[in-house]
Amino acid sequence: MDISGQDLIRACSAIGAGLAVIAGIGPGIGQGIAAGHGASAVGRNPGARGQIMSTMLLGQAVAETTGLYGLVVALLLLFVHPLG
Amino acid sequence: MNQAILLSSNADNIDFMIHGIFSLHVFGQEVWITTSHACILIIMALMVVFAIVANRKIKKAKEVPDGFQNVIELIVEMLDGMVESTMGKWAPRFVNYISTIFIFILMSNISGLLGLRPPTADYGTTLALALITFCMIRFNKAKHQSAKDIWVGMCSPLPPWLPLWTPINIISEIAVPISLSLRLFANVLSGTVIMALVYGLLRIIAIGWPAVLHVYFDLFSGAIQTYVFCMLTMTYVTQACDTDE
Repeated sequence: MDISGQDLIRACSAIGAGLAVIAGIGPGIGQGIAAGHGASAVGRNPGARGQIMSTMLLGQAVAETTGLYGLVVALLLLFVHPLG
Repeated sequence: MNQAILLSSNADNIDFMIHGIFSLHVFGQEVWITTSHACILIIMALMVVFAIVANRKIKKAKEVPDGFQNVIELIVEMLDGMVESTMGKWAPRFVNYISTIFIFILMSNISGLLGLRPPTADYGTTLALALITFCMIRFNKAKHQSAKDIWVGMCSPLPPWLPLWTPINIISEIAVPISLSLRLFANVLSGTVIMALVYGLLRIIAIGWPAVLHVYFDLFSGAIQTYVFCMLTMTYVTQACDTDE
């Protein structure tokens, strides 16, 4: 089986895409911390449930961004083939 | 199952790319009218029809609201409350714009439920929205703050006679529209891609239960990202307007 330069670039792009989505670890930890603190805040002050919930979701959505950058890089590597 | 299927962008059963409908030749350039344009036009038509109907209804408003008037009042009060709670005294000036982009982005995000490709999963749309926000920030800063204040803000952690930190601050200003647009784009795109993979790879098994995924990716994620985009726009513009920190 012959492996041309094109095939090698495709294969390495796929590996790179897999490495790029490791970026999902960071937001996962961050969102978990936010959710844990949100839960303990509700436990301390159940009256403010709605406000805590919306603040937590806003913060989590912002924290999600870095993971999504990894996803964008992976999708670019897989489907746009920027390296040829 | 064909393993190379994920690697080829023109696989016939996985489809989340933007398609051209027809092309125009403008000044020697080829301009494609794509599915995003079509979807935006559908959403705009819906919004215009809703606005006209709501206008007719509100002109003959009753003291005790009924049916459709209730819906209109609910939407307007919700958006007014959201803008008011974030922007304070600047709310009346920006409430029209923020409400418009809120409804537009929300309808774009949930248009995946109708089988359309969400226009917000096209980087052109979200970049345009973020650039509007960027222009609003810059314009309001120039309007409400003096040149000296802007310069001091640009050199922020260091004294104004030592502009060593200015390039970093300029980069962080330019990063605002990029991060705003990429956040919305990547969220909606990830939902679109995952739904396309579920429908494309599972085919016959994917009956009924992907509705749960639609609720999460289209409704929940779309609504949250709409809220985040509008919230960040309002926060940035309010910061630019407030002269006394």
